[in-house]
Amino acid sequence: MLPTPSRSHKLSGSAAVLFFLWLVCSPVQAALNIEIFGGGANQIPVAIVPLAGEERLGAQSLTPVISADLQRTGLFKLVDTGGLRPHEPVEVSYPDWINRGASALAIGTAIPVSGGQISIRVRLLDVARQAELGSYVETVPPEQLRAAAHRIADMIYEKLTGDVGVFSTRIAYVIKQGKKYSLQVADADGFNAQPVIEYTEPIISPAWSPDGTRLAYVSFENKKPVVYVQTLATRTRKAVANFRGSNSAPAWSPDGKKLAVVLSVMGGSQIFLINSDGGGLQRLTQSSGIDTEPSFSPDGRYIIFTSDRGGSPQIYRMPVTGGASKVAERLTFEGSYNVSPRYSPDGKGFTFIHRSGDSFNVAIQDFATGQVRLLTDSKFDESPSFAPNGRMVLYATEIRRRGILSAVSSDGRTRQQLSTQAGDIREPAWGPLRRLQ
Amino acid sequence: MKKVLGVLLISLLTACASQTKQSDGADVEDRDRSRDAAMQRESKQAEDYTSPTLNPLTDPNSILSKRSIYFDFDSYVVKDEFRSLVAAHAKYLREHSNARVLLQGHTDERGSREYNLALGQRRADAVKYAMTLSGAQEGQIEAVSLGEEKPNAMGHDEAAWAENRRVDIRYQGE
Repeated sequence: MLPTPSRSHKLSGSAAVLFFLWLVCSPVQAALNIEIFGGGANQIPVAIVPLAGEERLGAQSLTPVISADLQRTGLFKLVDTGGLRPHEPVEVSYPDWINRGASALAIGTAIPVSGGQISIRVRLLDVARQAELGSYVETVPPEQLRAAAHRIADMIYEKLTGDVGVFSTRIAYVIKQGKKYSLQVADADGFNAQPVIEYTEPIISPAWSPDGTRLAYVSFENKKPVVYVQTLATRTRKAVANFRGSNSAPAWSPDGKKLAVVLSVMGGSQIFLINSDGGGLQRLTQSSGIDTEPSFSPDGRYIIFTSDRGGSPQIYRMPVTGGASKVAERLTFEGSYNVSPRYSPDGKGFTFIHRSGDSFNVAIQDFATGQVRLLTDSKFDESPSFAPNGRMVLYATEIRRRGILSAVSSDGRTRQQLSTQAGDIREPAWGPLRRLQ
Repeated sequence: MKKVLGVLLISLLTACASQTKQSDGADVEDRDRSRDAAMQRESKQAEDYTSPTLNPLTDPNSILSKRSIYFDFDSYVVKDEFRSLVAAHAKYLREHSNARVLLQGHTDERGSREYNLALGQRRADAVKYAMTLSGAQEGQIEAVSLGEEKPNAMGHDEAAWAENRRVDIRYQGE
């Protein structure tokens, strides 16, 4: 986990020098809502030129969405495109882009075609090698323009970092407006929010099924916490854990067949396994303390969870299978409050909430080294979850006592507040990669 | 229609009866019906204010009308000042074997929602244990937690937090 941003081998090795030139030659443009920490010497300078025909799309313009996606990762520096408007490779004057410090350049067209559709073509060019790195061609209806922009950003991201892009993924979260609680699903940038379910009682702990088709969550609509699984496409839902006492903290196994849940039915708060349809109850932890907030390893062999068996809430790991030999191993030792662990997608570490003094912050710990890194310096962070490529962490925080969502890069260098609606937002969960249908 | 009449009848009975005989058929898990009944009864309560036979669970002069037990920070010990309250409810349960209660544990807003849910469960379990020691049957009591989700006080200071670290007692049908 946590590699420093690696530049693709396809890019010129002189990018760092060019970046230095760019720093000297042009004023740094501060973008709205984005805080960038550190020097940014590892950031890839990329120019996104407005597409030919894009001005006719108005508010549905593609390149602002692409630029915002890339910038949010902290891995890119957006190069000023002012005065230069190439749309085809033959129109590109490479020396101009070298002077501006761009390593890569995205150009293209968005042309209306029959039936109200828009034909999009984008090329990504390596400035130093004067060669095409990748391209994107698609014809979409107007309502698909934003999704297309995310797919273009994914293409650019993948070509320049060698890593999979997550701009086409979705997030789930709970928004409280007045007395109403709404579980919503939105695009990864916070736009295009759709309600999944709404109640006048609290909803917490949404969890995506690994295939992205279902959400597990905890609803208090029946005077106590009950775990439900809801299919997004059909809106049908089922109470999968409604035992005597409290039922909470659902976590999907990587194959989507089981859920780890926390039940008080046998006393205390302990972790159990159930089938995703509610059957097959099986006890997982056995302690006299609190065991909660389970998260499966990507290979499904382990869970990490919060337990106060040692006196204060700390994070532990134990094998899911193995019968009597199941021994939990304590993972966190710094401080007296470490909670809400979530495995990284590569299984090499986990993110969690660490309290120091009065502050609750997002942290990351590496399994191999045990090294802890704090990613935020805010006051009330909660519910961290990794992007499916492990490069960012989505979490809930507060600004002036109002809950908002933020994303921080896994190296802690870039943070951005997601576009927020009115209301109090909490309990975010980053969804899986969207498989091709 | 039959069901609506039944609910009305139940609510009339529970509102007027001095001996709160719990309606049969609606067990603790049957939330929708019991919530309907509770709403119906609330609307009836004003009319029944002058009734000579007050329900001890709602009579403001009865200790049974007190329904919250408060806790110290990071603690689930039932404090001495709440012992008589817990014992009175246990006695009521002992004398009304059909009565059922839901104990809802609560915490203040600080920290993880799921961990707070578990802390609230511990408080509800502690009250349940104290009630069973005083003779209430285990099967009469369901201990659950609402964590930090349902604060009594909306503030963000110690005074508000102290009001939110509690267990609420809710009788079936309330």
